This record gives sequence, structure tokens and C-alpha cells, in this order.
Amino acid sequence: MNIVINGNAVELPKLVHSVSLLLQHFQLEKKVVIVEINQHILDKSVYAETILSDGDRIEIVHFVGGG
Amino acid sequence: MLKIGPYEFSSRLLLGTGKYPNFDVQKEAVEASETEVLTFAVRRMNIFEANQPNFLEKLDLKKYKLLPNTAGASTAEEAVRIARLSRASGLCDMIKVEVIGCSKTLLPDPIETIRAAEILLDEGFIVLPYTSDDVVLARKLEELGCHAVMPCASPIGSGQGIINPNNLQFITEQAAVPIIVDAGIGSPADAALAMELGADGVLLNTAVSSADDPVKMAKAMKLAIEAGRLGYEAGRMPKKRYATASSPEEGTVFS
Repeated sequence: MNIVINGNAVELPKLVHSVSLLLQHFQLEKKVVIVEINQHILDKSVYAETILSDGDRIEIVHFVGGG
Repeated sequence: MLKIGPYEFSSRLLLGTGKYPNFDVQKEAVEASETEVLTFAVRRMNIFEANQPNFLEKLDLKKYKLLPNTAGASTAEEAVRIARLSRASGLCDMIKVEVIGCSKTLLPDPIETIRAAEILLDEGFIVLPYTSDDVVLARKLEELGCHAVMPCASPIGSGQGIINPNNLQFITEQAAVPIIVDAGIGSPADAALAMELGADGVLLNTAVSSADDPVKMAKAMKLAIEAGRLGYEAGRMPKKRYATASSPEEGTVFS
């Protein structure tokens, strides 16, 4: 499946078909991250049930140093 | 105590987390500052380097309230999007609304700031807008329901100190919500002056992170803010044009 993560085209293995699997795939499941899919912010409680589709645009953001 | 919305803080120093030499120095500086509020920015993660250390992971989050900013936004819509993302972390409901209107001075866009604040207040955020030092603007933000107003002392990261103390004092004298002087503070003297002018708190970053010794400067800022606040509460003497002797004029050995 081909999706766009943080502006980069990414090809995912077939098995990675949900948001929680996506986070595991990139070893982010224990990190403080926020996920937006097609400009819709996801609550953590729906990561497992949110299924990815070809062409989805995903943002994975986190907190960085700032003033 | 500094009260912002439902939260109470014994420290009046809010500290930014950008541009420190390294995480060890930063952690020590945060501890020396005794701050209870730390600001952060929201950015895309480098998902291909998930193991890169992140300062947030080094903190005991029970000890600090997070104040994410909307830095990077130049419209109300962009600021609202960043604010919603930050709240979805489940870690915070305060937001520093920062909508920049000029890339050279990094001064805020007051119209977009007001629009963003209005939307975020509606959505139940604890809203702290970064503004220019304009008394009418500060009042309008307060009337909207903002939980604190954060006028700048001088441009972000410039370290120029308080360029217009008169304006800041107009704001602190009229406001009923906390006024937090944000941006431009360069030295402990600047921070103390902000507090003496009646500010309820100071938010600074570069003054500490770019000091030769950030840990020592963090402590200096903490003490300056405490001193300035005490001085404000004590009420300074009026200025006079001529001298008045402190020792009695009567009973000198020459009479």
C-alpha cells in the first residue's frame, strides 16, 4: 500500500493495515506521538480500528523544544 | 500563587525548551529554574529515526504542566490545527497561541491571534495568546475569555529586554487576568523589571538556553522574578527630583 507520511511517499507491507500496526512498524508505539489521517486527528482509542487505505495522507507529530 | 484557568503555580517563571546545548544541561537548567510550566512546539516526527532522544521523555511529567505553542502558524486555522494536535496527545489542555505576522520581526498577527483564540476558547482550551504590547489588544483578548495574556517585551529571541515599559504597565494595571511577559527578556534585570511593572509571570527561553551557563542563568532568572514580584507587592517609594537625607538633621555634633 502506498501512503504519504509527513509529506513523504511511503510504501507499506500488506500486513501493516491499521494505524496501530503502522506505529508498531516504525517502532513508535511507546512514543508520545499524535496521528492525523487526511486532516482528521485520531484519538488514541481508535488506532487499532482505524484502517489505512491507499493514498491516505498521514501526519505523525510530536513535541519538540520550543519557546 | 499564579492562577491560570484551573491551574495554580507557585513559580512565576514559565520556561521554553528550545535551543539548549544538550539535554543534560537543559534538564539541570529546568530544575534550577524551579519552573512548573514548560513550553514545547509541535512538529513532524522523523519516523525513520524513531530512536532519536526527545526531551519530553526525560521529564517527570507529573512535575510540569505542558504549554505547547502554535509556533509555525501564520493563520488562525493553522494555529487551531496545531492546538488540536497538541491536545490529542492527552497530556495538556493549555495552548500558547502564537500566530506570527512578520517573518523578520516575528511579531504577532493580532487579528489572526484574536480569531484563533476565539475558536480555541469555544473548544474548551486554556488559552494564553502571545501578543504585542498593546493595551487595547490585551483588553480585547481578556474580554474574549483568554485565561492569560502574554505581551512581548521585545522581538522573540532578541534579548533586547523591555522596550516599552510604559505600555507594559498600562496592560498590567488594567488587566484582570494574569499578564505574562513573553519574549525579548535578555537578563535577570529585565525579568525583575517585568515583575516590578506588575506582570504576573515571565515566559523566557533564549535568555537561559543561550547563556554561557544556562543552569546558573536559570537560577538567576528564578531569583530575579521572585525579587521583582516581592518589590511589586512591597510597593516602591515615589521618585523625587532632589535628595532627602536618611539620617536625622537634628543632633549633629556641630550644633
